[in-house]
Amino acid sequence: MAPYKNTAAIATYGDHEVIKPENKLRKYVSDTPFVPGEDDPVARAEMALAALSGEFGAMMDEECARLDKERHAVMANGFTKANKEGLFHAAHDIKGQAATFGYPAVASAADSLCRLIEYTPDSSRIPAKLVDQHVDAVRAIYREYSRSDAQDLASMLTVRLREVTDEFLIHENRNRPDILEQITGAPSAVPE
Amino acid sequence: MVRIDFNRLRFLVIDDNAHMRRMLRTLLHGFGAREVYEAEDGAAGLEAFTHYIPDIIITDWAMPIFDGLELAQMIRQPGANANPYVAIIMLTGHSEKKRVTAARDAGVTEFLAKPISAKGLYQRIVNVVANPRPFIKTKTYFGPDRRRNANAAYVGPERRKGGKADTIRQTTLLEKVRSPG
Repeated sequence: MAPYKNTAAIATYGDHEVIKPENKLRKYVSDTPFVPGEDDPVARAEMALAALSGEFGAMMDEECARLDKERHAVMANGFTKANKEGLFHAAHDIKGQAATFGYPAVASAADSLCRLIEYTPDSSRIPAKLVDQHVDAVRAIYREYSRSDAQDLASMLTVRLREVTDEFLIHENRNRPDILEQITGAPSAVPE
Repeated sequence: MVRIDFNRLRFLVIDDNAHMRRMLRTLLHGFGAREVYEAEDGAAGLEAFTHYIPDIIITDWAMPIFDGLELAQMIRQPGANANPYVAIIMLTGHSEKKRVTAARDAGVTEFLAKPISAKGLYQRIVNVVANPRPFIKTKTYFGPDRRRNANAAYVGPERRKGGKADTIRQTTLLEKVRSPG
């Protein structure tokens, strides 16, 4: 690849510089407005993703199997650094992907497991039973997703898991006010 | 909605999760992009950045070897690589204020919380292509201006020191070589 050349306008101030790099991408923007009926790139991308949706079940199967495998690694050898990261990443990926895969109710249980791992200062104190309950909840909610009452059951299960987890985390972080503030809930700082 | 010629843009997607890479590639191709490169961890991402010189990087936060935050810090090194100004869109499940601030301070251009949507991704790409922010260089920071909006009602100390200065156009090495004398 050829080196990327960029010119920049630099304004120097007392303790900082303001740099305006040449916007080489601006030429790819058109100010011509979309007209009704014209091909909409967002709709086109949504359709492309929908075409992939037939594979989402298999992808979710893989993610749940991975979570289960990481759970067993923790149960066999404890929360080593690698096991802790493995379980956290598996839960974190499900949290981030479940809604896109069409299983949004699974994300909350995975999120609760992420919080449990992330905010416990001493991982060895995480109750194995609570880890099991989270992993089993994620898998059960996914497995029973086609049931008519699945959303309600998922909600009840997740609320209870979260309550128990928060109670544990508040106790474990009782001397860490900054962490307590995060646990007890600042809203998302990112717009949709 | 702003119209972008996606087939002229070069993307680099960095995520350790193959499913997420596939979804991102699907969305980008759906927008009309043709050049979408992939890497599965921070180290491979940095190598791909150097090799492909993408216009836009879309990276996950949590990855093996080094994460998206460390990757952004490595790219935002003026003079150390081909394009320290490259647009970086951080895609992550972390949306807490502390995390967003850390990503901003690492020089991330845009932040997109999972679950991803076509609309959300499109908007972030439009932002970095059509409305890029200037870069700020201080002793401790190099990256897009962290002040997204000029707030006329702001009351408080001005942390940036110094008055207005002349704008100096920086010439590229190529221009220097070509200019006589």
